[in-house]
Amino acid sequence: MDAIVSWLTSLFPHMAAPIARLIVHLVYAAILSFVAPVVVVVAFTYMERKVIARIQDRVGPNRAGPLGLLQGFADAVKMLTKEDITPVGADRIVYNLAPGLAVVGTILVYAVLPVAPGVIGADLNIGILYVVAVGGFGMLAAVMAGWSSNNKYALLSAFRVVAQLIAYEIPMVIAIIMVVLAAGSMQMGQIIDAQNVPFLFTLPVAFFIFFVATIAEIGRSPFDLLEAESEIVAGFHVEYSGFKFALFFIGEYMHLFVGAGLGTTLFLGGWRGPGASEATILGVLLGFVYFLVKTVFLIFLMMWVRGTFPRIRIDHLLDFGWKFLVPVGLLALVAVALVLKLPFLSSSVLKWVGMLVANIVVVVVSLTAVSFAARRSRSVALRGVAGTER
Amino acid sequence: MIPLHWWLIVAAALFCIGLYGVLSRKNAIGVLMGIELMLNAVNVNLVAFWRYITPQVLTGQIFAIFVITVAAAEAAVGLAIIIAAYRRRDTVIVDELDIMRW
Amino acid sequence: MPVDQIVKTVVFVIFTVMTLGGGLGVVVSPRIFHSALFLVLSFAGVVGYYVLLDAGFLAAVQLLIYIGAIAILILFAIMLSRGLMAERQSQSNQQWWIAALVALLIFVVLAAVLWRVDWPVASQQALASPSNAISQEGSQLGRDLLGPYVIPFEVASVLLLVALIGAVILARETES
Repeated sequence: MDAIVSWLTSLFPHMAAPIARLIVHLVYAAILSFVAPVVVVVAFTYMERKVIARIQDRVGPNRAGPLGLLQGFADAVKMLTKEDITPVGADRIVYNLAPGLAVVGTILVYAVLPVAPGVIGADLNIGILYVVAVGGFGMLAAVMAGWSSNNKYALLSAFRVVAQLIAYEIPMVIAIIMVVLAAGSMQMGQIIDAQNVPFLFTLPVAFFIFFVATIAEIGRSPFDLLEAESEIVAGFHVEYSGFKFALFFIGEYMHLFVGAGLGTTLFLGGWRGPGASEATILGVLLGFVYFLVKTVFLIFLMMWVRGTFPRIRIDHLLDFGWKFLVPVGLLALVAVALVLKLPFLSSSVLKWVGMLVANIVVVVVSLTAVSFAARRSRSVALRGVAGTER
Repeated sequence: MIPLHWWLIVAAALFCIGLYGVLSRKNAIGVLMGIELMLNAVNVNLVAFWRYITPQVLTGQIFAIFVITVAAAEAAVGLAIIIAAYRRRDTVIVDELDIMRW
Repeated sequence: MPVDQIVKTVVFVIFTVMTLGGGLGVVVSPRIFHSALFLVLSFAGVVGYYVLLDAGFLAAVQLLIYIGAIAILILFAIMLSRGLMAERQSQSNQQWWIAALVALLIFVVLAAVLWRVDWPVASQQALASPSNAISQEGSQLGRDLLGPYVIPFEVASVLLLVALIGAVILARETES
């Protein structure tokens, strides 16, 4: 960013630096809010269909254009030409506001996502806190849509939105706190700088929790209780059609990308890789490529999960969040905090090893506890069966 | 800089709007929303005082954080009480929750 | 007036319209769900205030807790206790005009008093040049919370825990 600003000022000597900065940021914002959504949606719907098709032993889209590459555009045209419906008895203003809010909520997160060395909307020193804070808008949009549609399935889905997103926001924040502890900062740039070893290898428990919670926050299978077709038709956006539905759809895929991008930034070292640096154009481009590769890999993992696991029941979902992820997260958080404060772990290498050991201990302890609990509940159930037989 | 007076008067206005809400709403949830507005007004005051009078020490912000903490606790407990009352008495109208009336 | 001064004033006016307009919407809107949405608008205005006052950390906390948690919880409670609200009865009780009078009176008195007091505002220089406290706000807040304010901090955490448990117990369905 700064490089582009200085380049602009050298190109137009009369231009003041703040104005050049403003122009660069406006262009970046325009790219993020107009170009990025289209690219993200088209690219990842195509990828999702192909990957899922592959998992299910099908071919996937193959008619529109070579290899079906134009399928996304065909879908977009179809969606935009549909009739725009507002249900009878809907709360008009709220109903029309909700889809826009859903997209705005995710675009706001892009502002602090470092996609390449030095390319970030605003490197706030509370960057990651801002991400968590802005996440509330997505929830708000879903609740507004669910309530205003005047449809009982949509309302049920709104209840699920609140229950599920709050239940999974907490483990996600705990995982993020672990990263913040290890990096010693909430600033995105510094979090990336701290990852000489990606946090994936030093904080695997945090990564696991973050990954699961992210899938649940986006509302993707197996946690897609918000729009479970077999239970509540299509959830909070059941009444939406045409462009407004498209906005929800865009919001969902942008959320997917931003979730994976955050995972990359927090756990995979962001744009870091051999040759990536802020100094040269090539370095910046390389950094962008590394970021994209890692992010697409995480998205691929999410699609793999979607293609593999069946949807889980709502009570299991909440139990898994509150009774497994939160306690494990808290345990790991305490363990990591303790390790980081141990006096004899002075060098950073020792700290990494210490964190890894702490994480492994947490995994072992929690798995043992879960197996104990499972065995006990099974024996209780068996005793119950025996009782009825007698 | 915007004069400190402006902040204080805006906060006072917000406080009085919240007060009106607390006093005039029938719905218990509406009353709770009024209280949240009043707490927000207090926070605006605290932060404005911090910024204009003691920008060197963060006392004002810390108090604002405590107010937010208390507001969160209050909202959680308040809404739990409202839900429990709704379940038992089938109403959230404050005037009808009067079994404690002597 | 310098440019950034004008910009700041305009932004202040916008956030004031959001905050006070949202607040008015909360107390007069005939539908309680709309009240809650106006509450979100009002909270968002206050977020803007904090940014304008150089309290970035608090702005994020306000966004996270007020909009992300409290407003959502209120919406949830409204959805749970729906049905009552469907009948478009008046949302205000009979004493609303007394309440309005009292609120207005208090506002007039407060405004008059606040306007007259000559506040001991820090020197222009101290205000204009962002002090160490402002630029390093986040980490300084952390140090203060675990330094001089550690006891209130711990008490607040106990309060939160108690509120959490209390809310669970209160809202739990009694088994009978």
